[in-house]
Amino acid sequence: MNTELVKKIVLPFLVFLFIIQIWSGIANVVEDFPTPTDTYVAAFGGVNADGDEMVGVLSDPFYVNNQDDKGIFWQIVASLERVFAGFVLAILVGVPVGLFVGMSKTAQYALNPFIQIFKPVSPLAWLPLLLFIFQDINLTAISTIFITSIWPIIINTALGVKSVSEDYMNVAKVLRFSPLEKIIQIILPVSVPYIFTGMRLSLGIAWLVIVAAEMLTGGIGIGFWIWDEYNNLNYHNIIIGIIVVGLIGFFLDIIMGKIADYFDYTKKGRA
Amino acid sequence: MSEKFLSLQNIEKRFPIPGKEDYIAVTDVNLEIKKNEIISIIGHSGCGKSTLLNMISGLDAQTEGAILLENKHVQGPGPERAVVFQNHSLLPWLSVYQNIEMAVKKVMPELSAFELRERVEKFVSMVNLDHAKDKLPGEISGGMKQRVGIARALSIQPKVLLMDEPFGALDSLTRANLQEHLMRIQQNVKNTVIVITHDIDEAVLLSDRVIMMTNGPEATIGEILEVNLERPRNRVELQHDPEYIRCREAILSFLYEKFAKDDE
Ligand SMILES: Nc1ncnc2c1ncn2[C@@H]1O[C@H](COP(=O)(O)OP(=O)(O)OP(=O)(O)O)[C@@H](O)[C@H]1O
Ligand SMILES: [Mg+2]
Repeated sequence: MNTELVKKIVLPFLVFLFIIQIWSGIANVVEDFPTPTDTYVAAFGGVNADGDEMVGVLSDPFYVNNQDDKGIFWQIVASLERVFAGFVLAILVGVPVGLFVGMSKTAQYALNPFIQIFKPVSPLAWLPLLLFIFQDINLTAISTIFITSIWPIIINTALGVKSVSEDYMNVAKVLRFSPLEKIIQIILPVSVPYIFTGMRLSLGIAWLVIVAAEMLTGGIGIGFWIWDEYNNLNYHNIIIGIIVVGLIGFFLDIIMGKIADYFDYTKKGRA
Repeated sequence: MSEKFLSLQNIEKRFPIPGKEDYIAVTDVNLEIKKNEIISIIGHSGCGKSTLLNMISGLDAQTEGAILLENKHVQGPGPERAVVFQNHSLLPWLSVYQNIEMAVKKVMPELSAFELRERVEKFVSMVNLDHAKDKLPGEISGGMKQRVGIARALSIQPKVLLMDEPFGALDSLTRANLQEHLMRIQQNVKNTVIVITHDIDEAVLLSDRVIMMTNGPEATIGEILEVNLERPRNRVELQHDPEYIRCREAILSFLYEKFAKDDE
């Protein structure tokens, strides 16, 4: 086995041990703070510090007691569904808008100020307004994610269009491409890597935002669940929630990265 | 066949400069180009060679004057005036084959799938790239890319082939190789070609006439040199040919005595 691989496994493990030490330290000092052992038992089941037999959050993730009491798996599914719904809507709207802004100076001048002003607004600021409009938790969460995701997609798509070299457009002109042919044969292939960069950024932020949004909207979702566990004084479950959210975010990013590479011509022929 | 094939009449190009008078890049350009003639344009850097070629290709519009191709006014770019760009301009996500196919498909939509493939393969073969036809531009050498650029331009059966320093970015061996390619293609299929070059030997070797441009601003055609050399031309034998030597000297004296540029 090569040493690089050993380092990649051993070093994180050492850091892990260190984190556990710090965590135990904090648990000693802060009253009622869950210890690593408590948290492990809460996650995977076993006998807790009080000597009670417990079913772990992660060992029974699929249970459904009633509408308001479902296993963590269902909470995650609810959050992912909202993220994907908002994300897909953002792509459907953001890519055409981005193409438009990138291709037309007029559109750029008209829309750029608004993009620049709304981009830095935390999507959560929109949430009360959206709740007021929709009067529905699910639609509110989805539209919050839509607003979250759309800015990086618009901006990166427009950037991709801008990066189309004059030379390619000259080729298109000599061949008398129609505007649609220009988009499909030249602009999109050049922009796709940029669009996917935008999508990857969007998805990352969307996953950050959904947790906070669900804490505010309540009902269902991993964000709601973490907040609910706080209200139930199940502090160990908050830590489990944090780790689960982190792992899912990590996997989402890897998957997006793989899809992006697949569509990126520069990663194929080293062009 | 009418002698009048491509004619440039009183061409002038001005570039507006904010807050100043227009920059007159070229002016008073008059030129008749015959069918199947190879013309090269030579002149110091910045004299307006690209500007002139871009007006013929239609990628840029002249400020004054008219450009006629077969007695029709040239307006905007079009496939009957194919361009080989200096930096090849191949689409990097398409293979060699697909780059040519894209052009042929667009310009000759009436071709059947079979005819299309036949035509693309013919032009891939014309520049000896059969072995590399499925490679992406990023995977082949600069000389090969430029060959694809030439094949792509010729595949759409243009009336005029316009080349702006097509071999400028290549080393001298690759360059010589491409010149041979071009001459061999020209021997088989006649094309009307206008090529911009910085290289005196290239100009003499390739052309029937060499257009020498004066320096800008307000550059124009200074002299036109007829190259009376038999084809096929052999670059080695030419070195001692009196006509070749005469042509070289004429260009040299034009560029370095009559219109020497001191700030270069
Ligand atoms: N868009 C433009 N705006 C203003 N001036 C321009 C523009 N394009 C070209 N020029 C000027 O016109 C002159 C001719 O430029 P051009 O590119 O045609 O020269 P060239 O002969 O092709 O030079 P080179 O051999 O270096 O390619 C130059 O002085 C250049 O600065
Ligand atoms: Mg030039």
